Amino acid sequence: MSDLNAQAVAKYRTNFLKEVEERVEEGEWVKMCMQCGVCSGSCPLGPYWAHPPQEIFMMIRAGRRDEVLTSDSMWMCTSCYNCIVRCPRKLPITHIMHGLANYAHRLGLAPKNQPTRVFATLFWNNLIRTGRVNELKLSLALYFKDGFKQGIQNALNMQKTGLGLMKAKRLNPFELFSGHGCKDKKGIAAMLKKAREIEASRKHFAN
Amino acid sequence: MTEIVATNQTILVVGGGISGMTAALEAAECGKQVVLVEKEASLGGRVSQLYRYFPKLCHPTCGLEINLRRLKSNPRIRVVTLAEVTGLTGKAGDYTATVRVSPRYVNENCTACGACGDAVSSEVANTFNYSLNKSKAAYLPHAMAFPQRYVLDPSIIGTAEAEKAKAACKYDAVDLGMQEETLSLKVGAVVWATGWKPYDANRIQPYGYDRFANVITSVEFERLADPHGPTGGKLLRPSDGKEAKNVAFIQCAGSRDENHLRHCSRICCMASLKQTNYVREKGGENARSTVYYIDIRAIDRFEDFYQKVLADPQVKFVKSKVAKIVEDAKTGDVVLHGVDTEGYHRYANAHDLCVLAVGMEPSVKGMDIPAEIIADSSGFLEINSATAGVFGAGCATNALDVNRAVQGATAAALRAIQVVNRVARAEG
Repeated sequence: MSDLNAQAVAKYRTNFLKEVEERVEEGEWVKMCMQCGVCSGSCPLGPYWAHPPQEIFMMIRAGRRDEVLTSDSMWMCTSCYNCIVRCPRKLPITHIMHGLANYAHRLGLAPKNQPTRVFATLFWNNLIRTGRVNELKLSLALYFKDGFKQGIQNALNMQKTGLGLMKAKRLNPFELFSGHGCKDKKGIAAMLKKAREIEASRKHFAN
Repeated sequence: MTEIVATNQTILVVGGGISGMTAALEAAECGKQVVLVEKEASLGGRVSQLYRYFPKLCHPTCGLEINLRRLKSNPRIRVVTLAEVTGLTGKAGDYTATVRVSPRYVNENCTACGACGDAVSSEVANTFNYSLNKSKAAYLPHAMAFPQRYVLDPSIIGTAEAEKAKAACKYDAVDLGMQEETLSLKVGAVVWATGWKPYDANRIQPYGYDRFANVITSVEFERLADPHGPTGGKLLRPSDGKEAKNVAFIQCAGSRDENHLRHCSRICCMASLKQTNYVREKGGENARSTVYYIDIRAIDRFEDFYQKVLADPQVKFVKSKVAKIVEDAKTGDVVLHGVDTEGYHRYANAHDLCVLAVGMEPSVKGMDIPAEIIADSSGFLEINSATAGVFGAGCATNALDVNRAVQGATAAALRAIQVVNRVARAEG
């Protein structure tokens, strides 16, 4: 169990709803759900979710902390916004799903090999290094997420597309070595650090 | 020219539905002078378009008949139909109302013999049946219409059709020269009882009311069940005229939804529970109803009615707001998709016919109402204590069933009476 998780458990004990309200983005909306089921029925990926949003909201209220935070359900969200548009109570469901996923990740409870989580992590780490996404490195990292052998296979499969992109000057192979960043790398790092601090104090991560 | 005697001891009632009729009758039976203004060609409003009432399942025609008899025997009420209030100025005890009266093209000589209707051949949408069928362009609004007089649709005026209607009339009742009039009435108090309208189901996009023939509204379903309706009382679905034996009811179609109507319309749960009785009454033992709901709001004494329907093996309840409807192009059946709340099971259920229990929208919403009248966030009227000479009644003030609308109308009449009594005392 990570320190942050142990801390959270100690702080909120059985009151998982309160934990979500305080620490998850838009979490204060969860109590507004009236269990009509329109979000779950409207979700294009609904059949692939272990727990549809409506059920997740009820599980949060029922205090089923581990089941919610270790679930891969909220990672299935593709941000199509059907649920937000249709929710009769105007809950920002998409944002709550991302908030829950982010919180679970932060506590180290999110499923390790969930593809969306892997991609999001790669994307973020890639972005904060130079302040700019290096597309070549990002896609190569994604090819190799399931091991070296599969990575080579993936790269070979995409060979034609890669060459095409190079010809069209949409892909520069030299990006692999250095890659161009933004002008003020230090500034970006400082900004992100500050954002983390603000988030930690707002969401009571410190105590 | 319409002659109406009105003074500042007269009470003006706007709207001739069940609430307006009640307010007018109560005030007149207390000895007050009343002018009752109705937008349509006959009195009765939405209640006259219902097949049965809940919870007793009796027919609204019965109550309507009683009210009409009270009305006919009371000389203190003046009824003006096809009339709309377009302006209201002044203050409590001293209002001037502007009323626009549209031409009926038929005068008091009419005996409702129907010769004009037989003579014309062009047809217009029958709005009494929510345009589910057509009626002749010279028509009686409905069997119990009051006044019992025909109407010529304005679309045939100036054509040979109108001349045919005139030629057919033996009583010289067709008057093609009638013009729109504007009346100015002096009144002491106003009861505003303009009622409600069904929420526009086209706006609930995932339910496809605008795209699928077999998705209809609850008010349309009332007309299908009514023997005077477009199908002679048979539950024939619109796409192919097949008898509907497997009917779905979707609750909160528009109500309790921040994207549509914020409020609970209060009547729809009971209306759908009532309509499951129609399905059983018309379809026999093989007929089935399925009610899709968020929660059933059968308030106070209606709980018994709900329990009775709950015990009916031909009625199934699914706790879920339906997410979307798709049409089976081959059969015309509608397939309802969603996830239920009792177990989170994903379903795709096919039904012959789907009835949307549409919400109540106040008729005053978006209407050009006089500034003295104030409304809440849903558009329902509230009493403005600063002026307190204009009183809302019935569904103009809230989503109400008939029983509560009538109670509210009586209360509004009492308030209006107090205002004109004050005027009478001041005038000695």
